[in-house]
Amino acid sequence: MATIGMERINKVYMNGFHAVHDLSLTVDEGEFMVLVGPSGCGKTTVLRMIAGLEDISSGELRFGEKLVNNLEPKERDIAMVFQNYALYPHMTVAQNIAFSLKLRKMPKGEIRQKVEEAANILGLTEWLDRKPKELSGGQRQRVAMGRALVREPSVFLMDEPLSNLDAKLRVKMRTEVRRIQERLGVATVYVTHDQTEAMTMGDRVAVLKDGALLQVDTPQALYDRPVNQFVGAFIGSPAMNLYQAEMANRGRSLKLGSQVLTLPDTILVARPALSTYSGKQLTVGIRPEDLSARPHLSTSGNTLRCEITLVEALGSELMVHFTIDANLIQVEQVNSQEQDILSDKNEGVARLDPSVPVKAGDKLTLEVKLERLHFFDPTGNAIYD
Amino acid sequence: MSYRTRTSWHKWINPLNLAVLAVVLFIVLPIYWLVISSFKTPVNVGSFPPQYFPNPVSFANYGSAFSHYGFGKYFVNSLTVTVLSTGLVLVIGSLAGYALARLPMRGKAPLLVTLLVISVFPEIAVVSPLYLLMNQIGWLNTYQALIVPYTAFNLPFAIWIMRNYFLGIPKEMEETSRIDGASAIRTYWSIILPQARPGIFTAGVFVFTACWTEFLMALTLDNSNGFRTIPVGIALFGSPNVVPYGTIFAASVIAVIPVGTLVFVFRKFVVSGLTAGAVKG
Ligand SMILES: Nc1ncnc2c1ncn2[C@@H]1O[C@H](COP(=O)(O)OP(=O)(O)OP(=O)(O)O)[C@@H](O)[C@H]1O
Ligand SMILES: [Mg+2]
Repeated sequence: MATIGMERINKVYMNGFHAVHDLSLTVDEGEFMVLVGPSGCGKTTVLRMIAGLEDISSGELRFGEKLVNNLEPKERDIAMVFQNYALYPHMTVAQNIAFSLKLRKMPKGEIRQKVEEAANILGLTEWLDRKPKELSGGQRQRVAMGRALVREPSVFLMDEPLSNLDAKLRVKMRTEVRRIQERLGVATVYVTHDQTEAMTMGDRVAVLKDGALLQVDTPQALYDRPVNQFVGAFIGSPAMNLYQAEMANRGRSLKLGSQVLTLPDTILVARPALSTYSGKQLTVGIRPEDLSARPHLSTSGNTLRCEITLVEALGSELMVHFTIDANLIQVEQVNSQEQDILSDKNEGVARLDPSVPVKAGDKLTLEVKLERLHFFDPTGNAIYD
Repeated sequence: MSYRTRTSWHKWINPLNLAVLAVVLFIVLPIYWLVISSFKTPVNVGSFPPQYFPNPVSFANYGSAFSHYGFGKYFVNSLTVTVLSTGLVLVIGSLAGYALARLPMRGKAPLLVTLLVISVFPEIAVVSPLYLLMNQIGWLNTYQALIVPYTAFNLPFAIWIMRNYFLGIPKEMEETSRIDGASAIRTYWSIILPQARPGIFTAGVFVFTACWTEFLMALTLDNSNGFRTIPVGIALFGSPNVVPYGTIFAASVIAVIPVGTLVFVFRKFVVSGLTAGAVKG
């Protein structure tokens, strides 16, 4: 067992592409660290550097105290689960799981015992004599986990191991993967581009963009205090609504298009810097779950009048798409996600109680939880003090 | 009921099936003729009207192929040369194909094109210089006089087939195996080769067939009776005055057996091996 320490790690590919910039990150013993970020941000690259499959251009990688930059993958004592599982197709499940033990020249009886134990934990016992192609996606996934399990590695790496599964199985396997990781109790790096997966699985989540680490924290902290607009929009589903706004009245009122929100003193006390934005533009972030429906078309300092463009009924909640006359800000690499296919460029989303009788075309008054608003300066950085 | 029977019968009569039938007959009839003629008595081989089935069935042609014409020796020669050449091609070719599929290498593209060009080079252009060379180093009428050129000439094609197959194996196979702790050799042997088996069998079947039926080099380089291979042996059966057709037929039938068996046994692989590059490549 060991910690994983990354110190100003860079990766420049042979073609000159600078894929990872000055990454510094520590994964504690037994910690489940999730690397999340949009496609192409360098997650796989980081993981492959930790595994030793890709050279580290500069910086230091340590397992515990030991510098491992130049060690071969097999000398690093890691286990890795690939997105396509990479099971050996010509070997049975048992042989797949046993391969690494066989290479270590472990006695046959001991190998069998370990394989059976792993199969037992993973519910693979009846499939041990099958070839991978005779298994379902979920079973293959478990075999891949089994291979890692028997090795008892000191570092466990996974690259989007659930992305080939259907939605239901994916949710089920999240818990299972966590269970196995806890059993192994080793430092784990888990790569995904799915923020829900990141939030539900990670002890801590590291958000990457364009090869740089933006923020690393617990899921709740990421959600509550994103360091910038990108993290704010990336974490949370549906994504945070970001509006261009103008601060007025020494930070007491916030103009969103033609409407005005009156900020209570508590916000200004918590974020004194806001008052310096008086008369200036900034970005305000409103999470869909921080909006609720007001029964009457009344207005007060904490409401926004909007027009409904689309209602998605999900049973337990309503996703209400709406427009107001303020400018919605799109964050690149976030708003291309699937959840936004339905929505128009200038639509915000509110997550409402299903008992609210609304339909497209209606006018609605939304109440805003003001103390849950997020503020970002024009460069996109969050304003907290 | 009768209606249904008629439609199902009519279903088979269509231009496509007729075309297939024509092709099959085109190929099968000569083979049928070859096989039944080999079982006719020498007199009946050329009889008119022709016999469509041998009567009486005679094994005399087979007997004479071995006893009078030394066919057994030719068979052994062919087998020696072909098996060794094929083996060499597969060992060298699979390693080369793997390297060309996976290793980062300068000048890979020109190398591959060169290989392709070599594989379509006309044999006749190199036979004369090859004869002089073999004469000089004293290899005429030896097994290696055929094994070495056969290996060399069949390698490019085999490398291409096997490289395509290796390309279809995901890169993660080697990576997982490396992480599991296997050396490069062990990875190649235990992980890659078993997965590339269809490609290797395909290359093997093609190379075997090519060596088994090769005529020009065999005639030029190994013409002495002791080293003659089957194609040359059969061609030289008989004397200027006598052409022992029945014996030639019998020998040909035996000659077809190894190749036919090989193709039959590996037919599944050959098909998948040929399409591998197409789907995954
Ligand atoms: N071998 C390589 N040579 C050059 N550039 C590469 C190489 N591998 C990856 N890249 C580039 O590095 C960047 C990061 O790639 P990486 O595979 O790490 O992304 P990722 O975050 O894993 O994306 P995804 O979510 O799509 O898997 C990409 O822009 C990619 O094009
Ligand atoms: Mg990736």
